[in-house]
Amino acid sequence: MTHMTDTTLPSGTSLPRIDRSPDPRALKAARRRRTLHWIGVHSLGIAAAAFFVLPFVFVVLTALMSDNQALTRSLWPHPFEWSNFRTVWDTPGFLTWWRNTLVYAVSGTVLTVVSSLPVAYALAKFRFRGRNLIMVLVISTMMLPPQVIIIPMYLFWTKQLHMDGTLWPLIIPMAFGDAFTIFLLRQFLLTIPKEYTEAARVDGCGELRTLLTVIVPMIRPALAAVALFQFFYCWNDYFGPQIYASSNPAAWTLSYGLESFKGAHHTNWNLTMAATVLVMAPVIVVFFFAQKAFIEGVTLTGVKG
Amino acid sequence: MSAVHPLLRAKRRKAALRNLAFLSPWIIGFSVFFVYPLLSTVYFSFMHYNGFNAPTWTGGKNWSYIFTQYPLFWPALRNTLWLVVVMVTLRVIFGLGIGMLITKIRTGAGLFRTAFYLPYLAPPVAATMAFVFLLNPGTGPVNNILGGIGLPTPGWFTDPHWSKPALTTLALWGIGDLMVIFMAALLDVPKEQYEAAELDGAGAWSRFRYVTLPNISPIVMFAVVTGVIQTMQYYTQPLVAGKVASGIIGNSGQQFEPGYPDKSTLTLPQLVYNLGFQRFDYGSACVVALVLFVLAMVFTALLMRRRNGFLAAED
Repeated sequence: MTHMTDTTLPSGTSLPRIDRSPDPRALKAARRRRTLHWIGVHSLGIAAAAFFVLPFVFVVLTALMSDNQALTRSLWPHPFEWSNFRTVWDTPGFLTWWRNTLVYAVSGTVLTVVSSLPVAYALAKFRFRGRNLIMVLVISTMMLPPQVIIIPMYLFWTKQLHMDGTLWPLIIPMAFGDAFTIFLLRQFLLTIPKEYTEAARVDGCGELRTLLTVIVPMIRPALAAVALFQFFYCWNDYFGPQIYASSNPAAWTLSYGLESFKGAHHTNWNLTMAATVLVMAPVIVVFFFAQKAFIEGVTLTGVKG
Repeated sequence: MSAVHPLLRAKRRKAALRNLAFLSPWIIGFSVFFVYPLLSTVYFSFMHYNGFNAPTWTGGKNWSYIFTQYPLFWPALRNTLWLVVVMVTLRVIFGLGIGMLITKIRTGAGLFRTAFYLPYLAPPVAATMAFVFLLNPGTGPVNNILGGIGLPTPGWFTDPHWSKPALTTLALWGIGDLMVIFMAALLDVPKEQYEAAELDGAGAWSRFRYVTLPNISPIVMFAVVTGVIQTMQYYTQPLVAGKVASGIIGNSGQQFEPGYPDKSTLTLPQLVYNLGFQRFDYGSACVVALVLFVLAMVFTALLMRRRNGFLAAED
């Protein structure tokens, strides 16, 4: 994955041709072609960047407008109402949603990684009958829309275990492995030469100790990537909290609460956008700290295999 | 085979126990959170059940209700088809284009990559609300700019003809995942092939057609199939867009017309919610859930057949 930071082109268009008889005119033409190519590529890049970045800019600008100004067509805040963020922060419930989301995301991530790692290890390194069948089943559940099994699951958690109005029905299943995490970790474990595990085995290391002391230090980037994916999945989850937590506002998460925020302030786009910024911000901060692990993880989903 | 050495047998039993121990989280999770609810969904699809009275057998009534009378089923299926044809196709083309662009950018590549990737991370509810605001016909900056330069100003999320294009725009904004996958695939194409093509006098298009495309076709296939599977699961964005654009006071319990405007943003997963959690018709909700299950499995099978690499393991 070292080429991730390498941006040299596979395309030959702008590769300097080594000419045996350096004709100054041909050299000049080549240089001009290269400059034009550079300008073309970078103009396209700037246009694309505008498409990706401008929505953020407009959202932030609107979040800083006064109530009255947000109802007009103006694009630039005048004056800057920084207090909007304070207003959102102080909205009853906002801090609770924040805390719930964090609890859900952190506990969900820890449980998922801890329970999925041994499964992924077994699927990558042990030989046993039915291994491919299990892989097929893992991939199938990975692709399953959560709505397919939601009716019985809802009845199970609320009618039998009376956990309606909590996030437990979302957190507990994560202690039993997550298909996507198992799949990604297994793909990564396959790239580790079996000499490592065999050497540990020769040294009399048990499988669990091999996994924890030899393998885990080697697959830290993959663990970071799957942890991030799971964290973002929980942070962004809307359907789960909608099903299980909707009856109890004390258990709402940010994604679910944000929508009700729009309801309460439904003419105040400025406050709604300020809330949107506060929900997006942590994700973006986490990304900047873990950019590399994240992008490697995405690559793993599609390319390795 | 009959005379297996007892030592070997003990070793095998130990290995089997070890496998079982390592796999146990998945075995429990798969049984309790997949097999049981799936069988239960099949069972409930033949039952009349509202969560209060005991379930009663109704035979195929739920099934015929969904396919012949439920007014939201066919619009939702049509919308899904539209999204598969238009949204998935555009996402793959756009993702490939952005992936190619990023491999050619030399100055500030890291900055461009971050800018292109970041929207993918925006939480769906927040991103959807942002887009409903950006595209709102009254004060939204997009129509503001479009009108300013004399272009038409559509109603986007409030117009049934424009709500799916608006959702598609939102999906193109979050192209980061495909960009990274295509970028990695493009960088893996052997440089010698491009050089050989250039020596043969191949132009930019021929190099793309005869070198790039054949090399990355497995990734294009992967992007298409996973795109279709994601479309089957498409839930949060269309639901939130419909709710926010219709001006419903969110979560207040006020009845929301599903698929606003005019059923144009309905998707199959929303029907499960509508039937099960708004109308308490669990039986019919299970029918839609099973339709969703079959569709998802068909495309998953396609994915696994095309990419045997998914299953390959070391021996």
